[in-house]
Order: sequence, then C-alpha cells, then structure tokens
Amino acid sequence: MIDVDPSLVNWSRAQFAFTAMYHWIFVPLTLGLSFLCAFYETIYLKTGNEEWRKITRFWMTLFGINFAIGVATGIILEFEFGTNWSNYSWMVGDIFGAPLAIEGIFAFFLEASFFAVMFFGWNRVSKGFHCFSTWMVAIGSNLSAVWILVANGWMQNPVGMAFNPDTARFEMENFAEVVFNPVAVSKFTHTSSSGFVMASAFVLTISCWYLIKGRHVEMAKKSIVVASVFGLVASIFVGFTGDESAYEVAQKQPMKLAAMEGLYKGERGAGIVAMGILNSAKEPGDVQDAFLVQVKVPELLSLLANREPGSFVPGIDDLVYGNKEENVMGVNTMMEKGKLALTDLAAFKEARKNKTDQVAEAALERFNVNKEFMGYGYLKTPEEAVPPVNIVFNSFRLMAIIGSLFPVIFGAFLFYTMKGTITEKRWLLPVGLFTGLLGLLAQQAGWVTAEVGRQPWAIQGLMPVKIATTNLSTTAVQITFAMFAVVFTMLLIAEISIMLKQIAAGPEGH
Amino acid sequence: MISNLDYVTLQQLWWVICSVVGALFLFLTFVQGGQTLLWQVAKSETESALVVNSLGRKWELPFTTLVLFGGALFASFPKFYSTSFGGAYWVWILILFTFIIQAVSYEYRKKPGNVWGTKTYELFMFINGSVGVLLIGTAIGTFYTGSAFSLNNMNHVTWQYTMGGINLRGLEAAFSLFNISLGLFLVFNARVLGALYLLNNLDLGSVAAMEQRLRKAVWTNFICSLPFLLYVVVAILLMKGFNVDDEGVVSMVSFKYFLNFLALPHLLVMLLGGLALVIWGVLLGAHKGSFRGIWPAGLGTVLVGLCVLCLPAFNGTAFYPSTFDLQSSLTIYNASSSEYTLRVMTYVALAVPFVLLYVAYLWKQMDSQKLSTQDAMDHEAY
Repeated sequence: MIDVDPSLVNWSRAQFAFTAMYHWIFVPLTLGLSFLCAFYETIYLKTGNEEWRKITRFWMTLFGINFAIGVATGIILEFEFGTNWSNYSWMVGDIFGAPLAIEGIFAFFLEASFFAVMFFGWNRVSKGFHCFSTWMVAIGSNLSAVWILVANGWMQNPVGMAFNPDTARFEMENFAEVVFNPVAVSKFTHTSSSGFVMASAFVLTISCWYLIKGRHVEMAKKSIVVASVFGLVASIFVGFTGDESAYEVAQKQPMKLAAMEGLYKGERGAGIVAMGILNSAKEPGDVQDAFLVQVKVPELLSLLANREPGSFVPGIDDLVYGNKEENVMGVNTMMEKGKLALTDLAAFKEARKNKTDQVAEAALERFNVNKEFMGYGYLKTPEEAVPPVNIVFNSFRLMAIIGSLFPVIFGAFLFYTMKGTITEKRWLLPVGLFTGLLGLLAQQAGWVTAEVGRQPWAIQGLMPVKIATTNLSTTAVQITFAMFAVVFTMLLIAEISIMLKQIAAGPEGH
Repeated sequence: MISNLDYVTLQQLWWVICSVVGALFLFLTFVQGGQTLLWQVAKSETESALVVNSLGRKWELPFTTLVLFGGALFASFPKFYSTSFGGAYWVWILILFTFIIQAVSYEYRKKPGNVWGTKTYELFMFINGSVGVLLIGTAIGTFYTGSAFSLNNMNHVTWQYTMGGINLRGLEAAFSLFNISLGLFLVFNARVLGALYLLNNLDLGSVAAMEQRLRKAVWTNFICSLPFLLYVVVAILLMKGFNVDDEGVVSMVSFKYFLNFLALPHLLVMLLGGLALVIWGVLLGAHKGSFRGIWPAGLGTVLVGLCVLCLPAFNGTAFYPSTFDLQSSLTIYNASSSEYTLRVMTYVALAVPFVLLYVAYLWKQMDSQKLSTQDAMDHEAY
C-alpha cells in the first residue's frame, strides 16, 4: 500500500483546482466569442457595411485580450499532469497523452497560425481570406476543447483500455472507443454550447451597458441581435446536452449523481429536489434526514437518470454499503476485492523480479479475478468514496437554475431588438447587464459539479487522486500554489482593467 | 505501411518525431532571443514598436511548439514525462512560469489600463527569453549528465538529490557546468536568431541605426556563444556516457557519445553541417549586409538540435539517465507507450506535414511585405 501525506494530496488537488478554475474563467468566452467574431465578420463580408467591420474589430479586440490570458493560464494545466500528478501520468499516459498531443497538432497550430492573420492581416490578406482565418481560429479553439474533453471524459469513464501488470500501467486497446466515449461526447457538446451561451451573455452585458449609457446604440443593437440568436439556440441546446450529460453520469458515475441530488437512500420512482437545504450534519449510513427543507418533483429523477419511470436510482448509502435487493455492490465489498487485487499484483511483480515464473502466473491469475476493483483497494474506508455532497448538490443547482434562465433572457432580447423597442425596455437592460456574471457563475458551478463530484477518483473507479500525486513535499506545492495565486491574480487584474478601458473607449477606435 | 512497422521501429520513430519538434522549438526561440534584445537594439518608441510587433506576430509559434513537445512526449514516452516533470519539479515549474508571463505580455504591454506598466511586460519578455531558455538548456543537458532519481517497481519516481536536507527537485541541474554551458549557448544562439529574424522581417529603411545595432548583435552574441558551444562539444566527445547493453543493463562507458558519433555518422554530419549553416547565417547577417541570414542559421539550429536530442538516445544509450540508480535510467525502449498507442499516434502524425505546410503558407502571406513603422504604430498593433 502506498502511503501518501494527506496534506500533500489536498494541496496538489487545490493547486490543480485553482489553476483549472482560473483557466475556466477565460476559456468559455474564447469558445463562443471566436464564433461571434466569425459571425460578425461574415455579415461584414456579405453586406460590405463598414459598421459590421467596426463591430467585428471591437469584439475581436476583447477576444484577443481574453485569449492571451486563456493561453497563459492554459499551458500550466498540461504540464501539471507531469509535475504534480506524475504517478497518474505514468499509469495512464499511454491513453491520456494521445488526446493532448492530438490537441497540439490539430487545434493549437490552427489557432496560433490563423490568430496572427485574424489580428494583423486586415491589410495583408484579402477580405475573404481574413474572414476564413477568423473562422479557423473559432474552429481551432473548439477543436482544442474536443480533445481536452475526450481526455477528461476518459477520466470520468475509462474505456478502450486494459491494465498491463508487467508495465504496471493502463494501456490503450481501442482508440475509437476513447474518442467516441459517450461521456466525452456529451461533455464536449454540453461544454462548448455552454461556452457559446457565456460569450453571448458577455456581448449582451457590454451592449446593454452601452444602451443604458446611450452610447454606440446602433452597434450595441446589432451586436445584441446576433448574440441573442446564438445565445438562444445554444442555451436550448445546453438544456438537451445537460440532460444527456446527467444521464451519462447516472449510468457511469452513480455516486456523483447521488451527490448532485443529495440522495442517500435509493428508491424506485425517485424524485428530483428542485430546491432544498441539505442537513450538513448528515453522514452516510446514519438515520438523519438528508434535508432540512426540500421541494421535490416526484418520479422525475428515475425518468431522467434511467429513461424509465419508476426505476431504481441508488443513493449514497446503497453505493457505499451495498443493496442486495437492488443488486448494487457496495464500496465496502469492492474494497475487499481491490485489496486482494493489489496484494496479488505486488506478488506478481515480486515474482517477476525474482524470475519465479510459476509463482508469477498464479499471482496473475488471482489478480485478474479482481483487477477491475483495483482502485478501491487504495481506499481506507468505504465512506472515502463519497464526494463532498454539499458542494456538489449546491453547485449543480446553481448551474441548473442559472442555465434555465438563459433561453428566457435571450428570447426577450431578441424579441424586443427585432421589434425595435429594446432601448425603451429600461427594466430589461439591467437584466442584460448581469447576464455575463450569471454566465460566469454557471460555468464555474458546472466545473465544480463535474470535478468535485467525481472525487475521490482521478480515474473513475481505477485510481484515486491520492495515488495519482507526485511525491513532493507539501511545502513545495504550497509555494507553487502561492506563486500561481499571485501571478494569475496579477494577470487577472490587468485583464479586467484593460477590458474595462477598451469597453469604455468603445468601437470608435476600431 | 504504418501497420507493418514493428514496435522497436515505432519507438525510434517517435523519438525522432519528438526530437524534430524539439529542434523546431529551438529554431523558434528566435522569438525569445528577440525579446532579450528589445532594450539593447531599440532606442526609441518607434524602434521598440517595430521589434515587439515583429516578434508579436510569431510569439505563439514557439509557445505552441513547446506545448506540442510536451504533449508528444506525454503520449509517446509517458515514463519520461512522469519521471522528469514530476521529479525535476522546480526546473519545469520555473520554465512554465516564464512562458505564462510571456503569453500576456505582447497583448497587454501597450494597452491602456494594463496596471503594471509597459516596462513590467517587457521585463516578463526578457525573463522568458533569458531564464526560460537557459533552464530549457539545462534540462536538455541532463540527457547527458543524468539526474538523481530512482523508480520503484510500479515506476513511481523518487527524486534523491538533497542539499542541506532540502530536496532540490531538479534545480541541482544548474550546478553542472555542462548543463549551464548548454543553456547559455542556447540563450546566445536564440539572441543571434532573434537579431537575424528582425533583420529579415523589418522594413529598416527609416531606422538605419537599429539595423546596425542588429547586425552588431548578431556578431557579438555569436562570439559570446562560442566558448559555451566549444565546451559543450568537447565535453560530449570526452565524457562518459550511459550505455545500455542487450539485456537492458545500464553501465558507464568512456567516450560513449564519441562512440555514438562513430556508430551514427549521420548525426555527426548533422552537427557539423548545422554549425556550418549557423556560421554562414551569422556571416550573412553580421558582415555581408544580407537580410536572409535567419534561414541558414535557423536550419542549422534545427540540425544541431536534432543531433543533440538524438545522440543520447540511440546506439544503446539511456536518454534520461539516473546517476543515483543506473538501472532506473530511461531508454526509448523502456519509457515508451505501448505499440498500439504509438501506431495510432503515427497515423495521427501523418497530419504534421500538412500542418507545417499551412504554417509556412501563412507565414509567407503575412511576411510578404516587411513590417513597416506605420504597421507597428497602427492602433491595432502591440
């Protein structure tokens, strides 16, 4: 058994979470704003109207400011897998490294090369080629999301691979299964479309500010029309992809779903808690109520989770301690099998080292019986398999509630802008002013739901986070955490300040 | 054809592919070198704008190539990725920090409201171009000098070098004269390339004094690089190396890299040819009044880089040796991904020439006219 300092694991986890959350402030905006710039420029190309050129260049400037800090905060994430999660990198690099390399080849170069044309090519290439370059940047940015989410999806639902006891690592067996992993597909569609919503909300926020101030009114109205159409379509799509994503969670990560719903006792015909306050004293296996207050929609969870009304949805207690009646194996049982697997693996490695082939064969045979539970062998208690329920439950609700507001907001803006009365709707403009912030909150909450909800696993069911960590000193990670906190915050302050100046200056200079 | 390649060939092929990416990165460090020249060759606002805007149209290329280099190593040699990045923690973290601060510097340097002031962002660029490249050089140097680590039977790394009870996690690489010399050579070479690139990319008609400063920078930086280059080359020829026998047992062998040159003479040709091309590029830029020195010097750098990265990996050599436990040393055969993954990645790599082609096409499109003072002072410019 590997003994890892829990404070090191927590600091490593905190550093990754911190850097990823910072990165995630900027990425959704890049994903969507790149397409909005492409839309604006395409309209300019079609109409030849200089006003659209001005609009394109204004949003492009904001895109560039955001893009730079997105790139700065992004480089560290790829390398952190090596620096802070080296055991993880070794054990799954055979599978996980491939999408990252492909991201570099197909996406980053597309983005990077056409980025220079997009920003500095206005007078150097034809209008058509310039517009094409803008589209390439948008496609490159989103292609990058495809591959990183293939990698992330694989961590949540490891498919297309097998454990090789000789090399002590997981190895890829089917690339197509890794790429078309249903979790990866639903993650990409949900994440990218939510990025489109975020960018549309950002455009709405700035345009509403102009309308409230009575500045750049025509530009703001034109921007709103395109952003509202994009935002409306994307936000409806987000609803569908969110449903698909939750379905995949229910099938592949039932513990995460149980945490998202605060469901301790599994039931048939389970309902969804629309609103509720969790009982923070509640522990798995005790008899306390999970909620202090709750408003529940009956039967809906079973329907959404299994596409079958009245079906059984396991709760945290079922998953931790098992439920024979519903044929759910508990973590406690899986831990026993996992510990046997680890013991047999160690025996196999030792026999191989000593070149005692028969002993090795026997150990391998025993290992193969329980190998699928290997990850559970690293847990110390069954309750360790439960993620922080409060955080997951609340962040999921925050994301879902905000997400459900967006179609209404975009619909209203589209309707009144097309009607030509948007400037008269003084009640609506302040709502638009806050949509960007709402989008940001929903994005972060979504990320927290996905990533905190899968704790304690780095790879679902196979490798807990604590085993994935590099054996650094806690102090080293604390120092780098502080370095990231200082540098990223300095850059964020600069980014916001520059953005505000550019927004205040408006499109005149463009 | 790819389906017929055996595992050993795939492993060797992937080391060559990673080396090509690494060597291209070394060429693209002309951006980093140019950044360190900013305060030296640009004496006015206009000149600064020219330098920054010229480099600013290319800064993403070395950045992206570095990321690809990391990704390719992760995919094809995960044991190296986990051992080196997890082990030599501080070296890699510091390298990454220099690239983090570079990424925003072009965009934010002159923007109103940038909070920290133009000079801060210029300092960020300087740090990236100097400390960043120096540390990359020292990290590459460990391919020859080794690092103090051990791997357990699950291949988990433990870094063993301590000083005064503190585990230096890779910073000890800076104590090696060889590593530091290689790093300094790369810094000065990047500066040579930076000056040559600027000579090629800028319309210097209105800034004749800067042209002279750039030509002088090509020569002085080349001269400064020579002692380090000579030391590195001589040391490589004379040093003991980490030999791997047919059983996979690692031992120290005298003149190992010299013997590798004899066994792999094409690497020697690459090194000598590369150095000759660099010298030719330098002479063109420094003394012949030419603006095209970047091309031979750039190609020369790629060839030298390819040689430096391939020499410690082939002919039965451990490319990431452990000085603490020789048998923990990494070779391209024990550190690679599985045969299946390498084969899949080889199919993917078929797209690389296409990527290089459109990068070159866009480069040509954007650089068909030299960057003028007017372009650099445009309100959209950096």
